[in-house]
Amino acid sequence: METIITILVGVLVTVAVYLLLSKSLVRVILGTAILSHAVHLLLMTMGGLKKGAVPLLGENAESYTDALPQALILTAIVISFAVTSFLLVLAYRTYKETGSDNLATLRGFKDE
Amino acid sequence: MLAITIAIFIPFMAALFVPFIYKRVRSRNIGWFVMSVPLVLFIYLASLIPAVAGGKTYIHTIKWIDSAGINFTTYLDGLSMIFGLLITGVGSLVILYSIYYLSEREALGRFYVYLLMFMGSMLGVIFSDNLMVLYVFWELTSISSFLLIAFWYHRKKSRYGAQKSMLITVSGGVGMLAGFIMLYTMTGSYSVREIIGTIGQYTNESLFLPAMLLVLLGAFTKSAQFPFHIWLPDAMEAPTPVSAYLHSATMVKAGIYLVARFTPVFGGEAVWFYTVTGVGIFTLFWGSVNAVRQTDLKALLAYSTISQLGLIMSLFGLGSAALNEGYSADSVIYTQATFAALFHLINHSTFKGALFMVVGIVDHQVGTRDIRRLGGLMSLMPVTFTIAVIGSFSMAGLPPFNGFLSKEMFFESVLIIRNLDIFAMGPVWGSLIPVVAWLASVLTFVYSMIIVFQTFLGKHQPDRLDRKAIEAPVGMLIAPLILALFVVGIFFFPNVVGNYLLRPAMTAVYPPFEGAEGLVPHIAAWHGFNAPIIMTIGVIVVGALLYTYLRYWRGIYSLAPMRWNLDSMYNGLLTQTEKASSFLTRTYMTGYLRDYLVYIFVFFILTVGGGLLWTGGFSIDLSNDAPITISEYIIIFVMMGASIAIIFAKSRITAILLNGVLGYSIAILFVVFRAPDLALTQIIVETVTTALFLLCFYFLPEWSKEKTTRSLKVFKGIIAISVGTVVTVLALVVQGNKMFESISVYFENAYELAGGKNIVNTILGDFRAFDTMLEVVVLFIAGIGVFTLIKLKAGKGDEDVED
Repeated sequence: METIITILVGVLVTVAVYLLLSKSLVRVILGTAILSHAVHLLLMTMGGLKKGAVPLLGENAESYTDALPQALILTAIVISFAVTSFLLVLAYRTYKETGSDNLATLRGFKDE
Repeated sequence: MLAITIAIFIPFMAALFVPFIYKRVRSRNIGWFVMSVPLVLFIYLASLIPAVAGGKTYIHTIKWIDSAGINFTTYLDGLSMIFGLLITGVGSLVILYSIYYLSEREALGRFYVYLLMFMGSMLGVIFSDNLMVLYVFWELTSISSFLLIAFWYHRKKSRYGAQKSMLITVSGGVGMLAGFIMLYTMTGSYSVREIIGTIGQYTNESLFLPAMLLVLLGAFTKSAQFPFHIWLPDAMEAPTPVSAYLHSATMVKAGIYLVARFTPVFGGEAVWFYTVTGVGIFTLFWGSVNAVRQTDLKALLAYSTISQLGLIMSLFGLGSAALNEGYSADSVIYTQATFAALFHLINHSTFKGALFMVVGIVDHQVGTRDIRRLGGLMSLMPVTFTIAVIGSFSMAGLPPFNGFLSKEMFFESVLIIRNLDIFAMGPVWGSLIPVVAWLASVLTFVYSMIIVFQTFLGKHQPDRLDRKAIEAPVGMLIAPLILALFVVGIFFFPNVVGNYLLRPAMTAVYPPFEGAEGLVPHIAAWHGFNAPIIMTIGVIVVGALLYTYLRYWRGIYSLAPMRWNLDSMYNGLLTQTEKASSFLTRTYMTGYLRDYLVYIFVFFILTVGGGLLWTGGFSIDLSNDAPITISEYIIIFVMMGASIAIIFAKSRITAILLNGVLGYSIAILFVVFRAPDLALTQIIVETVTTALFLLCFYFLPEWSKEKTTRSLKVFKGIIAISVGTVVTVLALVVQGNKMFESISVYFENAYELAGGKNIVNTILGDFRAFDTMLEVVVLFIAGIGVFTLIKLKAGKGDEDVED
């Protein structure tokens, strides 16, 4: 299980990197979203998968799944949501101001 | 003794208060408060003179970074005593002088803050025993000097001079830091005293010589030795009190201090002897040659300072010869050079400080420092004239002034060195040193006469002066008068200085010679009709002749190709460096996001992937894998398929829906992985994210097909696949090699520790509550950002502001 999830993480990272290297701003943002998916899965895998009960003490199980990665991922999901939404609005504003969402045409000031 | 440590910090603390006091007292009277600081310190240090003269030293350590050998250790011995007295004594006088010199319209608060900062850092340099602490204070003096030179920052020349001094002294300082680290590598200690004790066993190490040269680099740049002297004349753009204080009496002597302090470490080595002596003698000569051709009095004094610093430096070089064989009745004779150096160091501070103040007074009263416009001020400014005579004649080496004594001792030292039979010192080199020294002294005599006679005698030219010449106010005259009194006083009572200040300093420079006979010679103005006195008479006769016929031979200066000099080399180097660096930066700073990402990814592949290859860390252990069911396989393959399809998606709607597929599949995986909270959160967030994307698509254009060449696609593909592979391999390696036990067991105690049964919730809400709070802050900031970006209207003027 861990191995195949790790490979899935690799595939997601590959796709994310490919999208990040695009010209289109929306593709780049999509790339960051996929990259955070990959990282969440990676964190999960690092703690070991399916190694015990749901981390609720009421279950009275013998052992529980590692709760720490879950807490980390919960934080990460929220943060990546914040970042994604901010980037989207940034793209919107950039397009409104410059009329372009193409990063190749958006480079810097001419007189710089 | 803790008091020494506090003494370093008192100026810094006073500097903190200056702005507040200056707000209340917006007048020159702020200076009186500032002056009390060095005055108190001076009196305190002076009260310790008898004890230090008796051979006592004070040491105090505050543990700081003990594991790295860095402690705040202060050390007061004879050598630091001399410098401490100079810094606080001349400091008090300079501040007193500045009270009357600076106009009340100047930013006095800022000026005194810088000055106090400098004073504190300078005290730090001389009292620190730990090399790292010394280095920090060393650079702080460079910084405060930079700020003081650029005090009139609206002037282009001030900024240029400040930058030049900063660049030269700081690069020397960095070299010195490297030297210190080498010393630490060899001896295992940053403490100068410990290094002095153990250095004997390391003289054959390969780092010994580089360490020595780097420490010398720091000393030479700071003390304006050839070829690094070029910053000092430009530093004269600073207000005159600053020039008198930093650039003649104290900061430029920090390099001298360093050489003196390190003489017991490196002294006795041939390289040290030749470098310090040679550079010093040449600087002495070169400075005096250039001083004669100056027409600006301050520039003349700058070159004369360079020259005098070279003199002191060369004496320390000559004196280091005594350490070659250790103590013996024969070698003690060479220590006389160091004695002369320390003596001249004090004398130079007195007469040069007075001369700088005189030049400041002339500039202040008549509005110019150009000797071609000056002349005949003697009858109009008699007191200033008297001080100028005392200072200049002392510099020229005439009796009855202290410069005469140290100049005689200087001649004696260069004559003694002819008898030196170590370091392969042949008769040629041995004779060259006295000859160059004598020539430089003749020129010193000439420019000293220029200062006095061309300013105060000759024809008065009132129409070429900005203001009518009148004597300066009493306040301005007190400080140079006190210095002039010292100039005369030291001549008549030189052995007071010798016994109380120079004796303990000599012991500090020559630990093996402690208490030796002849280490502290008796200073006498007249010691028979011997070689030094003949040299002095020669200087006076030839110098007087040269001065009289100055206008006949001054022409040779215009013959020499002065266009091609060190200054233009420095300027050229600076422009070329700026050009090259801006070219380099433009090459890789393209302003295109993709390029930057490529740099990041390539770096990641090379370091992480390369690191894995390099260390051979591949040991993948799959035995701990959990079993996997068919349904899970299906989810995983759906995700892989969906993600790859995103790359080829024709429309953005397809892409975003596929992204949704990924997100919801992850939610399902979270359920499988026993993480219900995550699954719930993921579903909500994924829904909102998808909605957001769709909302944005309403305003953004349909994504155009990426118009890229095939090779670029392949390049992107290679980078993407490499990054993916490195991540996968790294993750697999990590899973197979758990080096530590998981710390999660701790959190399973959640009910007792935090009173909650959901472990994930207790981590977020209790164990790591601050993290969660800051996470909310991030959300909040992002929210503000989103709101601002949508609502804020850009004004029309914004385009100008952006540039």
